[in-house]
Amino acid sequence: MRTASHSPERLNDFVIKFANVNGTGSASANTLMMKSIFRMGVPVTGKNYFPSNIQGLPTWYEIRVCADGHMARGSHVDLMMAMNIETYAKDVREVRPGGFLLYDSTWPRSALLERDDITVFGVPLARLCNESFDGVRNRILMKNICYAGVLAALLDVDLEVIRNLVTEQYASKPKLVDANMKAIDLGYRYAQENLPCPLPLRIRRMDKTQGHVLIDGNTATGLGCVYAGATVGAWYPITPSTGVMDAYKGFCEKLRVDPVTKERNFVVLQAEDELAAIGMVVGASWNGARAFTPTSGPGVSLMNEFLGLAYYAEVPAVIVDVQRVGPSTGMPTRTQQCDLMTCAYASHGDTRHVLLFPANPAECFTLTVKAFDLAERLQTPVFLLSDLDIGMNDWMVPELTWDDSYRPDRGKVLSATEIEALPKFQRYLDKDGDAIPYRTLPGVNPKAAYFTRGSGHNKFGGYTEDSAEYQEVVDRLVRKFETAKTLVPEPVLEGPGDRRIGILSLGSCDGPIREALVRLAACGTEVDYLRVRAFPFGAAVEAFLAAHDTILVVEQNRDAQLKSLLTLETAVEKRKLVPILHYDGMPMTADFVTDAVLDALGRGTRRAAG
Amino acid sequence: MTSITKPKIAHPSLPRNELGLTRRDYEGGMSTLCAGCGHDSITAAITEAVWGLSLRPENLVKLSGIGCSSKTTAYFVSGAHGFNGVHGRMPSIATGANAANHSLTYIGVSGDGDSLSIGLGQLAHAIRRNVNMLYVIENNGVYGLTKGQFSASADVGTKSKKGDANVQTPVDPALLALSLGAGFVARGFSGDKKQLVPLIQAGLRHPGFALIDVMSPCVTFNDHEGSTKSYAYTREHYHAAVEADYVPRAETIAVDYAEGEALVVPLHDGSEVRLRKLELEFDTADRAKAYSYIDAKLAEGEYVTGLIHEVEAPEHELHAVNRTAAAPLNTMPFERLNPGRATLAKLMARYR
Repeated sequence: MRTASHSPERLNDFVIKFANVNGTGSASANTLMMKSIFRMGVPVTGKNYFPSNIQGLPTWYEIRVCADGHMARGSHVDLMMAMNIETYAKDVREVRPGGFLLYDSTWPRSALLERDDITVFGVPLARLCNESFDGVRNRILMKNICYAGVLAALLDVDLEVIRNLVTEQYASKPKLVDANMKAIDLGYRYAQENLPCPLPLRIRRMDKTQGHVLIDGNTATGLGCVYAGATVGAWYPITPSTGVMDAYKGFCEKLRVDPVTKERNFVVLQAEDELAAIGMVVGASWNGARAFTPTSGPGVSLMNEFLGLAYYAEVPAVIVDVQRVGPSTGMPTRTQQCDLMTCAYASHGDTRHVLLFPANPAECFTLTVKAFDLAERLQTPVFLLSDLDIGMNDWMVPELTWDDSYRPDRGKVLSATEIEALPKFQRYLDKDGDAIPYRTLPGVNPKAAYFTRGSGHNKFGGYTEDSAEYQEVVDRLVRKFETAKTLVPEPVLEGPGDRRIGILSLGSCDGPIREALVRLAACGTEVDYLRVRAFPFGAAVEAFLAAHDTILVVEQNRDAQLKSLLTLETAVEKRKLVPILHYDGMPMTADFVTDAVLDALGRGTRRAAG
Repeated sequence: MTSITKPKIAHPSLPRNELGLTRRDYEGGMSTLCAGCGHDSITAAITEAVWGLSLRPENLVKLSGIGCSSKTTAYFVSGAHGFNGVHGRMPSIATGANAANHSLTYIGVSGDGDSLSIGLGQLAHAIRRNVNMLYVIENNGVYGLTKGQFSASADVGTKSKKGDANVQTPVDPALLALSLGAGFVARGFSGDKKQLVPLIQAGLRHPGFALIDVMSPCVTFNDHEGSTKSYAYTREHYHAAVEADYVPRAETIAVDYAEGEALVVPLHDGSEVRLRKLELEFDTADRAKAYSYIDAKLAEGEYVTGLIHEVEAPEHELHAVNRTAAAPLNTMPFERLNPGRATLAKLMARYR
């Protein structure tokens, strides 16, 4: 064991990184650690960096423990659990000076990879597990659970909390509780006897997680679809959106099946491709069901033709795009916000779509419900633009709640009696001055029948190639988009709003930006911050743009897509917008934002600004 | 206006169906297809079939893709909602629409380009998923709207209007549907309404995916000498193997055929299809035999028409497999769909 001279005490404020091999069950051990800390009342956030692979490749999990409740990914690693020999060299380098590294000392590691500014602990995990467990697979799984025991001792995590979690997790398989606890005790005892427990970085109970949950965005989105009353889900499997349909289906099988007849109040269609998935959504929505499809960038590319049809024929549709790194196949297991432009203007011809930007799993839940209301109110496709970081990682958010007085906004759908009272039904008239027409559903009344088409049509719904008739309809669609501006969720303003400089951003940039704002303020840089939650941009966004001399537009893509949208769709002077771009596929950090802001403002770096 | 509305005038002596409606009540807009187009005859057959079934116009849903054939959904049953979608993607719209409301009757009209080229994947998967709908392919072997290119159903050696011979082997919709396990496969000819109307009626009543391939000559681009999809060629080479007659429920069965020749196929709703075997070795219930028979006839240049294959297996239909509730999903009250505040509070325990 090598021990660095001294390490400062770091209570409830550090980063643990687990370097694992995927397919070895490490996720259970890592989640167990994270949940244990959470249950001790200490805010945590977990990030999973995994390969596009099933088994055998390197995968990392990062737990940031942060008493202040910051949810961004940490920039440093204080404690490395180095379980993967393949990545050991890289993992050793990543530990910050004064930090710690644990490895499985059953086998020796190269002396060349040693560092004298960190403390290295060897624990013979494989040997301990081989002596105590039978079966190759079991030994591999238990080795990971065993290191959770070692960490519990080192970090002073309450064993009782861990035991409760394990008991809950394996409630139906008591044998697994015993096996897991045996592995944890093995590690715990070994650490107690051989290592300097607890470390200067450790957990102390707090009460800062009360009323909160650890949940990923895809689960929250799936739950949102259930609560919105969606009955048809169509999809083609694609990382990182698969969890949305898994969650929807899982919840429906629990909550939407008649206990007596076993009849199901939902249909999940696994389509042959994304073209079919969106076609099914369009068909179901046209026929009056709330329908949705979860996908990612490549899926949106395939859906383009149908999205134009839905826009022009005015059919509701909800598309959940859990963004991943593009272009093309890109890096399917890494995060970006790179589909803003492709979604905003999806399909050929003049098209524009409504986009919603959740910043965390809690907003995935609420904005999913909102997406259905908007799609049906506006009779148009609505995108929920999540991303891999939000969708697949566990975030600490306030418990999701539901207001039972909520009623879905089904939009302007005429009832049988309303149709009967009409002399004649005509599909695309702007009767209310909001540019939203009335629609009817099949099977209600023969007077309500109309012909839905993506070909040129006039305001009565009839086929046309007449210039004036065509233009009348597409001009109304422009006015409908103006109506959309008044219905979409308002942006969130942080700060008084009258500062000279503003940050404008969206989605998962929120965590790192909020943390950076604290640091910037500490070094004398006060800026306003506006988080947009929807496209098209409404009056509040215009006002923010007008009120600031310099607007730093922070986003996670190479080509400044949010900045482009602002330039195209608002009155802002282009020269006022300064892009801050992060697009390496990893979630942003507060360090990155702080440095980039100071740099953009010509105030040196954070360190220089001290 | 570039669409034409037909005046609705019905002579009092016109026959009425069980709903008291005349054939005129099942008509649509005026066709804008070429005079003599086979598709218009199919439109007439569909109109006749739906009228004969006494289906409420609003309970029919008409779906189509893109192409001459796909335009025709505007030309029948104007009291039914229609959806003219994107090229080759009608099956997915039909699947979604049917998922939302399984209580309506769905008819999809497509062409050989729409179904066998750009939309082959969606057609195959609608069959595989067993969506309860009638899928009519108006098959003429050419792309009409783009002026006469060969389609995937063009026979080897058939000549285009310009004189080029097709060299690629055709996709036969009936063989395709049989190989994919469709429960109802039929072939008709637009020029034989007597045969086509009962096939459409039986297809509409089949509790699952029903495919009818209808040979429908294109008078403008594929009705010349040297074409194997012309009226003249089709008349010479179509081969009615099984004559079908649809008998609605509760109607007295008029026996047209001599005893022993007629085969009665009961449908789940109490109606039935009566088949008359013209070929003794033919068995509509036997998929493998049906396949080899029509395949062998195709090799001889003969198109077998009539009901080729039917097996009723309502338990394999999409909603039966899914165990979907009896009430249509699109009318289900929100209270039945939303689990409520208390349930969410309970669910949250899992995430603590």
